Amino acid sequence: MEPIISVRDLHFTFPGESEPVLNGLSMDIDEGSFVVILGRNGSGKSTLARHLNGIFRPDSGSVLVAGMDTADDSRLLDIRRTVGLVFQNPDNQIVSSVVEEDVAFAPENLGVPSGEIRRRVDEALKAVDMYDYRLHSPHLLSGGQKQRIAIAGVIAMRPRCIVLDEPTAMLDPSGRREVLDTVKRLCRRDGMTVVLITHHMYEAADADKVYVMSHGKLALQGEPREVFSNAELLRAEGLSLPDTTELVYRLREAGMKLPEGLLTVEECARAISAAIK
Amino acid sequence: MLKDITLGQYFPGNSLIHRLDPRSKILAVLIYIVALFLAKNALSYALLAAALLVCVAISRVKPAALFKGLKPLLFIVVFTALLNLFYIRTGEVLFSWWKLVITVDGVQTAIFMVLRIVLLVSSTFMLTYTTAPMALTDGLESLLSPLKAFHAPVHEFAMMMSIAMRFIPTLVEEADKIMNAQKARGADFENGRLTERAKALLPLLIPLFVSAFRRADELAVAMESRCYHGGEGRTRLKQLKMAACDWLFLLLSSALVVGVILLKRVTL
Repeated sequence: MEPIISVRDLHFTFPGESEPVLNGLSMDIDEGSFVVILGRNGSGKSTLARHLNGIFRPDSGSVLVAGMDTADDSRLLDIRRTVGLVFQNPDNQIVSSVVEEDVAFAPENLGVPSGEIRRRVDEALKAVDMYDYRLHSPHLLSGGQKQRIAIAGVIAMRPRCIVLDEPTAMLDPSGRREVLDTVKRLCRRDGMTVVLITHHMYEAADADKVYVMSHGKLALQGEPREVFSNAELLRAEGLSLPDTTELVYRLREAGMKLPEGLLTVEECARAISAAIK
Repeated sequence: MLKDITLGQYFPGNSLIHRLDPRSKILAVLIYIVALFLAKNALSYALLAAALLVCVAISRVKPAALFKGLKPLLFIVVFTALLNLFYIRTGEVLFSWWKLVITVDGVQTAIFMVLRIVLLVSSTFMLTYTTAPMALTDGLESLLSPLKAFHAPVHEFAMMMSIAMRFIPTLVEEADKIMNAQKARGADFENGRLTERAKALLPLLIPLFVSAFRRADELAVAMESRCYHGGEGRTRLKQLKMAACDWLFLLLSSALVVGVILLKRVTL
């Protein structure tokens, strides 16, 4: 199957700066998969996100979205309705003082007839579990709720892929949970491709594929188990390991014999109890 | 302290007045203002005041809310009344002392002027009290849309208005936060002379502006990501529709103008 997003040898430097932000990056994102891109601040992950729907254009290399080149101006609207982008600060992406009118913003821009907009808005709000708040004013909602509204605003375009750029960075733990559960549900239940960009390792545990970015390139890629087993490299990248991986890593350093690729709490507990016996 | 600001506050409700199309409400207020300026005698003022009171009663807006809105105008109202009271010297003299003369005409004009200001302001308040801000901008955009023929940026203007309204609470909250942060470090916003207080506001305004620009930048990217490309080909979730009661409302407002003109001939 053709990947929904295909990035080839992407180079990008901000105008007026000498250091490239993206330096020869390639990746393929399969339709319907849950992909996590990890990296610390300044690794270029937000810049990559803005390349995926044509906000930024590559200096060299290419980004193809469902076969459309983001460098092609005439396809820009089609690209943006295929790949929706959700940003870090929910306050700065909500345009309207009423929740349902904000969610309607994208379909309105696309010229969808008003009856159909109503259907999409209701559907999108139900998908993020915020239907009861449709007549509320966004500034009275919690951070997690606002971020779910922002996600609904993107889903209302009916995109095939949704890219989230550190959507939980400004939220408290419960807001973080809400947003992650919503995002995972969208992928697993509704079959939407989800690209989650974050610096929290634990958010990557359920991913189909994990990419680790460093200095504008991919430092690691693979399934979560494979990636997490490179504890040294991840640490060097300034990423904190999930608790289980951290524990296993330390025990092995201390000389305990444990297998590689342990991820869940149960796996860990079983392996440790087996090693102690 | 900043949270007390109420800007054209909206009181949600479901009355007949609330449900009218914003365009008919805007037009009705304009017609009402025309009628106010045509009014010349007690009868016509009585008619206009009665019309407004009926609207207030139907909308179930609390009269206290109207008075609260009028409070900041108290000075202008009193000032106008006094000016008219002492400057008009025609008609029968009621009272005279040293250089001060009060005449019947003076009293009458003063009352009319006060009524005119109060009714004018109250009627516009009724518009904002019963119309959601978003509906108001939608109505304005629709009413001004003929200007698009002259390349006036009507859609952009309406979009700016609605975004500004969306960000007022966010920026007020932020200003409060910055103020508290500055106060925690010993800043004083309340004491001192006017120039000192104005200077004390600088450390508040600069971070607020910087952050507003950053927000604007992020918002622009977010809007583009959601396929915003200007007003062309844009549809709306809620289409404005003039119903029978909207036309009736406009008809009744126009009847006020006719009534006021007819009443001009009546002398008491």
